[in-house]
Amino acid sequence: MAEADPTRFTHRHLLGIQGLTRPEIENLLDLAEQAIEVSRQVEKKKTVLRGRTLINLFFEASTRTQASFELAGKRLGADVMNMAVANSSVKKGETLVDTAATLNAMRPDIIVVRHYCSGAVDLLSRKVDCSVINAGDGSHEHPTQALLDALTIRRRKGRIEGLTVAICGDVMHSRVARSNMILLTALGARVRMVAPSTLLPSGIDRMGVEVHRTMESGIRDADIVMMLRVQRERMDGAFIPSTREFFRFFGLDAERLKHAKDDALVMHPGPINRGVEIDSEVADGARSLINEQVEMGVAVRMAVLEALSQHLPNG
Amino acid sequence: MNNPSRPIALINARLIDPVAGTETRGGVLVENGEIRGVGAAITRASVSADAQIVDCGGDIVCPGLVDMRVFVGEPGAEYRETIATASRAAASGGVTTIVATPDTNPPMDDPAVVDFLLRRARDTARVRVLPSAAMTKGLKGEELAEIGLLQEAGAVAFTDGAHSIQNSKVMRRVLTYARDFDALVMHYAEDRNLASSGVMNEGEFASRLGLGGVPPEAESIIIDRDLRLAALTRGRYHAALVSNVQSLESIQRAKQNGLRVTCGVSINHLTLNENDIGDYRTFLKLSPPLRQEDERQKLVEALASGLIDVIVSDHNPQDVETKRLPFAEAEDGAIGLETMLSAGLRLVRAGTITLPRLLASLSSRPAEILGLPQGRLAPGAPADLIRFDPDEPYVVDRQKLHSRSKNTPFDEARMEGVVKLTMVAGRIVHE
Repeated sequence: MAEADPTRFTHRHLLGIQGLTRPEIENLLDLAEQAIEVSRQVEKKKTVLRGRTLINLFFEASTRTQASFELAGKRLGADVMNMAVANSSVKKGETLVDTAATLNAMRPDIIVVRHYCSGAVDLLSRKVDCSVINAGDGSHEHPTQALLDALTIRRRKGRIEGLTVAICGDVMHSRVARSNMILLTALGARVRMVAPSTLLPSGIDRMGVEVHRTMESGIRDADIVMMLRVQRERMDGAFIPSTREFFRFFGLDAERLKHAKDDALVMHPGPINRGVEIDSEVADGARSLINEQVEMGVAVRMAVLEALSQHLPNG
Repeated sequence: MNNPSRPIALINARLIDPVAGTETRGGVLVENGEIRGVGAAITRASVSADAQIVDCGGDIVCPGLVDMRVFVGEPGAEYRETIATASRAAASGGVTTIVATPDTNPPMDDPAVVDFLLRRARDTARVRVLPSAAMTKGLKGEELAEIGLLQEAGAVAFTDGAHSIQNSKVMRRVLTYARDFDALVMHYAEDRNLASSGVMNEGEFASRLGLGGVPPEAESIIIDRDLRLAALTRGRYHAALVSNVQSLESIQRAKQNGLRVTCGVSINHLTLNENDIGDYRTFLKLSPPLRQEDERQKLVEALASGLIDVIVSDHNPQDVETKRLPFAEAEDGAIGLETMLSAGLRLVRAGTITLPRLLASLSSRPAEILGLPQGRLAPGAPADLIRFDPDEPYVVDRQKLHSRSKNTPFDEARMEGVVKLTMVAGRIVHE
């Protein structure tokens, strides 16, 4: 492992995995390794962001990502503010650009944004003077999720190059799938997308991944089976007929997992739908990395905050 | 009924092989529900002494008919038809496989209903009854039905029956989702708004009768849309009932472009036209409506050329009370299982189609589209066979038909062609 160096990250924002080089990604993962150690100490505080202000601006409900960023910011010494959009001026009709200008006037250092529209975080980043981190924009990207998934895989498997990773479920609407696809292929993994045709985006077969329409073929000999969350509102006949039919053909249970490699590991970005995309026996089993992913989430977000802090204005 | 474990030989027959399109003299040997041998070598002398011999006396022997569109009434409309009565009518009309439509009550959109139908068929049917299941929940054209689970339960195809999906996005999703299961989508094409005020074919005759018309475009606009979606999704699409030239032209183009597209026509549209409605005869009120004579002739030509793949009875039994109403208020539909073969033979007699081609569109071609082993006159094929005399005349008497409902458009018609024996899986079910 190369010596982690936060100054090697030269971007002002983290808007997506797209645009990052392999060395930049690997450097972030190395930085995150160090952050894991910090989080496992009794004294979890660093001073990298002392005096800095971090705003969590979530236009979409989130528990783990928002908490993860909050903890990461606090462990690095920042003042963290969570904007509750549900009760804010946004509900009174303020546009995204106006919200950005308002927040910018409060002189934050970093804004973490989740928005239900693809491209919204990029738009906001153009209107502020501080750094912006994309915590998920529509069906586009969720870069810190892909980084934490990569870190989890790399720590368990020792590498990413050459692994077969099957990403299964609602690929069409998943920003996690898109960010992971870009990151994992950049690091030399073979990526498969596994879904019914109604949940595969158009042109997916030209994006450098293998496309499978049955779980059996999709996870065959896979090293990693990454399940995606299926939103309830997509299950009642709109994209797939029903929960039970989806589980019958695309749910991951112990029997189906036998098609993957004997040492295959199971991941899920959470929150899981038990009995819809994943069976409890697998989700809670020895091969599940679901809770480990959450721990890696804090570490990766600390690494990203630290890397971005090198280039903050007046820094 | 015969003992199906005893070999049976149908000898001295005109054998018509619809797959090869050939006619030969000879016999068929049946054992254990399968065809063992076919051809001139099967004679009284050649088969073993314990075999039952049926001397066909020069009658035609060919595979039993496969009817892709039959309303069997169960569950929920037993006053119109039951599986028992429909299958008796089928056996007497030479139909050995029925595909039941899903517009039942409850509709066939749940695996438990498919299972119910299969059990009822096992217990009460003389012929094979296979379910087609709903492609949208409740046949409402809004949400995908459980195509995977329904197929596992035994559905052989997917259709919303007499309901047509209006929402193009839903139709796209159905075709896309069904493709993953290689499931056949059979769609009845009708633009509901365009057809809404009509009760018969639009044109001079409707205007003279003072009835609202349904233009051919009500069908062809949806067919055009569906074919574009079939191209987009690469799904397997079957236009359940075509009735006009516009639809045929579109389907021809789609076939030329290599799409996995097929189509069917009802026996009524091949043999009747709008003038047969005459004095407001509600038994001829159909959907799609009967068209003009020149359209009918084009349909027959398309059948002869193979552009139209299959003929269906579109058997739709209606209670007398729903037909004994003013034309505009009467229900659509006609029964047809028992008269389909002899009505089809009218086309052969008129010289517009050959007998093997007619029989192919009634047996081997539908079986092929449905992925069934039936419809073949070859060793190893299921012994679903019929014997009929194509020239024996009779007059249709609706009271003598086996269907529970009597709404035949051919009542009192002079027909030729009588089925003398129907065999399903080696068992004689009608003689």
